[in-house]
Amino acid sequence: MQNFEYANPSTLQEATSLLSAKWGEADVLAGGTDLISCMKDHLHTPKRVVNIKGIKELEGISKSDAGLRIGALVTMEELATNADVKSMAKALSDAAAGIPSPQIRHMGTVGGDLCQRPRCWYYRNGMGLLAMKDGKSLIPDGENRYHSIFGGGPAYFVSASSLGPALIALGAKIKLVSAKGPREVPAASFFVVPQNENQREIALHADEILTEITIPAGAVKSATYEVRQKEALDWPLAAASVVLHMKGNAVGSAKVVLGHVAPKPWDSSDAAKALAGKTITADTAEAAGKAAVGSAQPLSQNAYKVTLAKVAVKRALLDAAKQKA
Amino acid sequence: MANTPDYSWPPMESRKVMGKPFKRLDGPLKSTGRAKYTSDLNLKGMLFAVYLTSPYAHARITSIDTSAAEKTPGVKSVYVISPAGTEIQWFGREVAAVAATSEEIARDAVRKIKVDYEVMPHLVKEADLSKAGSKGKAAGEKIVGDPDKAIQEAEVVSEGTYGIPMADHVCLEPHGCVIQWQGDQVQAWPSTQFVTGWAGSIAPNLKVPAANVKVKMDYIGGGFGSKFSPGAWAEVGAILSQKAGGAPVKIYLDRATEMAIAGHRPSDYGKIKIAGKKDGTITTFQADSWGSGGFPGGPQPPLPYCYANIPNQRINFVSIVTNQAGSQAWRAPNNQQASYLTCSAFEDFAAKANLDPLDVFLKNADYAPARPGPDHYRWQLQKAAELAEWKKLWKPRDQKSGTVRRGLGLGINLWQGGGHSCTARTTIHPDGSVLLEMATQDLGTGTRTVMVQVAAETLGLQIGQIKLVIGDNSLPPGGASGGSTTVGGVSSATRKSTMNALAKLFEVAAPSLGAQPDELEAVDGHIRVKGSPNKSMTWVAACKKIPPGEGKISETGANDQRNPMGLNSAGAGGAQIADVTVDMETGLVKINRFVAVQDCGLVVNPRLAESQIYGAIIMGISTALYEERIFDEQTGRMLNQDMEFYKLAGIKDIGDIVVHVDIRPENDKRGVIGLGEPPAVGICAAVGNAVANAIGVRVPNIPMSPMNVLNALEGRNA
Amino acid sequence: MGVGTGALGTGLLEREGEAAPAPANVSGPGAVPITLNINGKPMKLTVEPRVTLLDALRNHLDLTGAKRVCDRGACGACTVILNGKTVYSCDVLAIDAQGKDIQTIEGLGANNPVSAAFFNHDAQQCGYCTPGFVMACKGFLDHHPNPTMEDVKHGLGGNLCRCGTYMGVRQAVLEASKNMKGAKNG
Repeated sequence: MQNFEYANPSTLQEATSLLSAKWGEADVLAGGTDLISCMKDHLHTPKRVVNIKGIKELEGISKSDAGLRIGALVTMEELATNADVKSMAKALSDAAAGIPSPQIRHMGTVGGDLCQRPRCWYYRNGMGLLAMKDGKSLIPDGENRYHSIFGGGPAYFVSASSLGPALIALGAKIKLVSAKGPREVPAASFFVVPQNENQREIALHADEILTEITIPAGAVKSATYEVRQKEALDWPLAAASVVLHMKGNAVGSAKVVLGHVAPKPWDSSDAAKALAGKTITADTAEAAGKAAVGSAQPLSQNAYKVTLAKVAVKRALLDAAKQKA
Repeated sequence: MANTPDYSWPPMESRKVMGKPFKRLDGPLKSTGRAKYTSDLNLKGMLFAVYLTSPYAHARITSIDTSAAEKTPGVKSVYVISPAGTEIQWFGREVAAVAATSEEIARDAVRKIKVDYEVMPHLVKEADLSKAGSKGKAAGEKIVGDPDKAIQEAEVVSEGTYGIPMADHVCLEPHGCVIQWQGDQVQAWPSTQFVTGWAGSIAPNLKVPAANVKVKMDYIGGGFGSKFSPGAWAEVGAILSQKAGGAPVKIYLDRATEMAIAGHRPSDYGKIKIAGKKDGTITTFQADSWGSGGFPGGPQPPLPYCYANIPNQRINFVSIVTNQAGSQAWRAPNNQQASYLTCSAFEDFAAKANLDPLDVFLKNADYAPARPGPDHYRWQLQKAAELAEWKKLWKPRDQKSGTVRRGLGLGINLWQGGGHSCTARTTIHPDGSVLLEMATQDLGTGTRTVMVQVAAETLGLQIGQIKLVIGDNSLPPGGASGGSTTVGGVSSATRKSTMNALAKLFEVAAPSLGAQPDELEAVDGHIRVKGSPNKSMTWVAACKKIPPGEGKISETGANDQRNPMGLNSAGAGGAQIADVTVDMETGLVKINRFVAVQDCGLVVNPRLAESQIYGAIIMGISTALYEERIFDEQTGRMLNQDMEFYKLAGIKDIGDIVVHVDIRPENDKRGVIGLGEPPAVGICAAVGNAVANAIGVRVPNIPMSPMNVLNALEGRNA
Repeated sequence: MGVGTGALGTGLLEREGEAAPAPANVSGPGAVPITLNINGKPMKLTVEPRVTLLDALRNHLDLTGAKRVCDRGACGACTVILNGKTVYSCDVLAIDAQGKDIQTIEGLGANNPVSAAFFNHDAQQCGYCTPGFVMACKGFLDHHPNPTMEDVKHGLGGNLCRCGTYMGVRQAVLEASKNMKGAKNG
């Protein structure tokens, strides 16, 4: 780890003033479960680390008529066990509860989950976010069993966010604050697919801090289903978050967002279309799963992930259907 | 001594300390974090060493410049391991090392070393034999009987391809040591499986007399076969120490380097053909296998495994040299690979013949070696089947349906590890205290506890009355703890040294009891005349008879590997059954239950024996479901050199485990037999067979991951 | 304590055209004195901001119960309890742990019920993962005093063992849950 100066602001204003417009100068520290490793591996070499855990306004979950407001410092444990989140946004609660390590649930924050860097092993071993060598990505002909099955490059890593798919499915908004002021982006546009090594996989600017998330009120049925190989600490191989706006017993409209299968949470409008007007049965869920992976472009080793993504959609739908709206 | 004592073990039914489930003696220190491992040492003035390693699998170093590192404040020594001109042959190869006053400074300094490489072509993957080219070296063909004729005449022929990849030991305490080299004196605190041999291994490289190398280690955080030698790091640490004026240097590999270069289990892939009769009798075994243990090539596994006496065989093997660091012994070297290939092929043969694989393993048990013998396997297979409810739960492959399918599979093991040569010293003091010593080590197997139990049994004392010192090479020599040789060695040597000391005590105590020394016995804290329990004196009273001029009684006793005198032997066998469910949609394999029936001869401590077997099975389940070293052929680099994508089973991933330690009089008579290796052998086979039984098709390669399972179910070549 | 003033930080980052930073507690990059509240006692040490809590415990305070194994928050061998919750101390900066209640295995004492249960059920072989497991177990039981076996398996998913002591650990946690309650009642 390269040495850095450590800043410990107690207000958001102080914190934003300590950041820089340029990536690489300063990093924001919350739970530390990703940043500390990134610094040890010299993937991040900030000159300053800004600890935001002392900023009270970034804490807490609150419910209002408008919906749910979740502070960036809320831990995975708080999110997984909060009764309001469970009843209003089960997909989000499922996603947080699915993280198998209690230590990570205790340390990891909502903001950290959304801003964490990809786990792609080419990236983590210092070969770059896109793993380019001689103008060509190493991934399509390399070890891509855990990589992307959507999008067709040039980025082949998968978004590591556990919460991203659920937040997009729920129509959440993400608040980002810089010294110049706040802005709000839909969760769907928070995640971006970088086209070159200089771009990031999220819309956050270097001088911004992710402060909170809002989830609109509304009766929905939702669920997240993750396929993980291990029940101990492990990353999902594929996941799906689904949100159903019901009209009676049938689906009025649906959102189906896949996780861990693309460089960003993969919003499948095809699956959503396949569900409109249908009741959720094993057959309609299966059909939606098939629709969700219709445009998949697996790499040399990861065709199995197409099956997993399909199954994750099906199982998430069947689980969501069981929920009381 | 006038007569050689009768060292033989006391009869099974009269043992009071041996055979009893005492808790491990070092348990309280370990479970409260007070056990000091050598990697925990903080010596005064100690420097921290950090390596610079090669990012290339094959390259020549054209220049190396350490000047900036050397100028870094806090850096005390820099050593170039691979100077310009060196040909690097594997990723992670040590290039240079820095010792500094803090680890952070050493890490900063290492990054300032400038190295230029001329990158050369490499081969890092070996699963596809066709890509090995000139890196593959064929071993001579071995033919037994007439395999061609036997295949022609066979009623059933089955063929399959199977593979078990390279796997890492992942010792939680990385390889390394604390070492101090001043003048011609070396003091080392290594993490080693061989305290006694350490000095002799490193001394020639440092050109100091081995007698001047002092070695001390109380605890080791895992070895599994990978920590026999001092390792290159010890020498580098010593050189850094000497260059820094003799300050102690702490040199432990960081996890990434540990994963890349500290050793692994070699791979083996093979095409196996089995032929036989409709009744399940196997007549022919034909294997074309290949594998790699990194740059040294691949060791040939013993095929066919265990059932080695199949009358017709054709065996071929290709050793592949890959640009990976060399393998190290791993819990039953080459046996896991051989067991997987053999037992998988047996299962497929049984399926082809529409037979229950249990019957096929039973039917062919006569092919097992004389030690432990066919009857032994038959008994164990039946016992394992009973514990696993095989008759009730096993169904043929084609009688399964539903999304979640259950399957059962078998694996067998065999290991010929006799007790190693070693020497114990037992000292009895006039105050009655007893000291037992040996320069051995306790890998967490229970060596300490077992030695003390043997000494207490022999002296008629409680275990709390024996003080034990190990882990110091100034003590009488111990053996290397590996190959399941430790418990046989240390128990036998302890028995002998303690009996020798007791014979001396009998000599000094006999006159007071009006008896001859050979008429005495030590029972329940007393020395008494055999057959006359009232002619007795307390242990302490007897010890007070030690003449002041002699001060104490101190006797050694050695186990001779070539003549164990019936105290220990070799040839442990076992049968194992995996009971799994497979989710047909996700390819996820879950262990429901794993049953192991295992013999280990005379069992000194059944609690610790059981722990050893649990441990072997859990490690085995982890390799069967999750583990493999993943290398990128384009860059030659290891990609999962961490504990996140090099996946290890957690507490919820292992199902329920049922262990039956096969303690029977006929096994007890064979003396003490180690069991670190045998129960570790058959797990990949049992799990793979259970998966095949559940899903109806063979998943060729370990691990049984969703990728490999779905590839098999969906007809993709792995 | 242990922190400098905003002045130390100015000029390190380029802030073209931006307003001057608000005063903030900024320290480092050089070593700074800090105080950690470990097992109820304040302990003073001087570390660079980049030093992890794990390395501070092991290298600066000789509290070596927590082990460094993966050093990337994946194995649990470095588990300590921070403000009542188990965390991976390799992923925490020491400077960031100031003002928090840090419990390490050294604070549990020689006769604590969790360690005793590990001993009773032989939940240790080489023992290198054991202190982390014991702390994970302690933290788990503090919040789940009446666990089922399923809860135990789920609640200890953040720790890895290589010798394979999980069978003993499962039993140990159940026993410890009973004995910890007994201790409280008594």
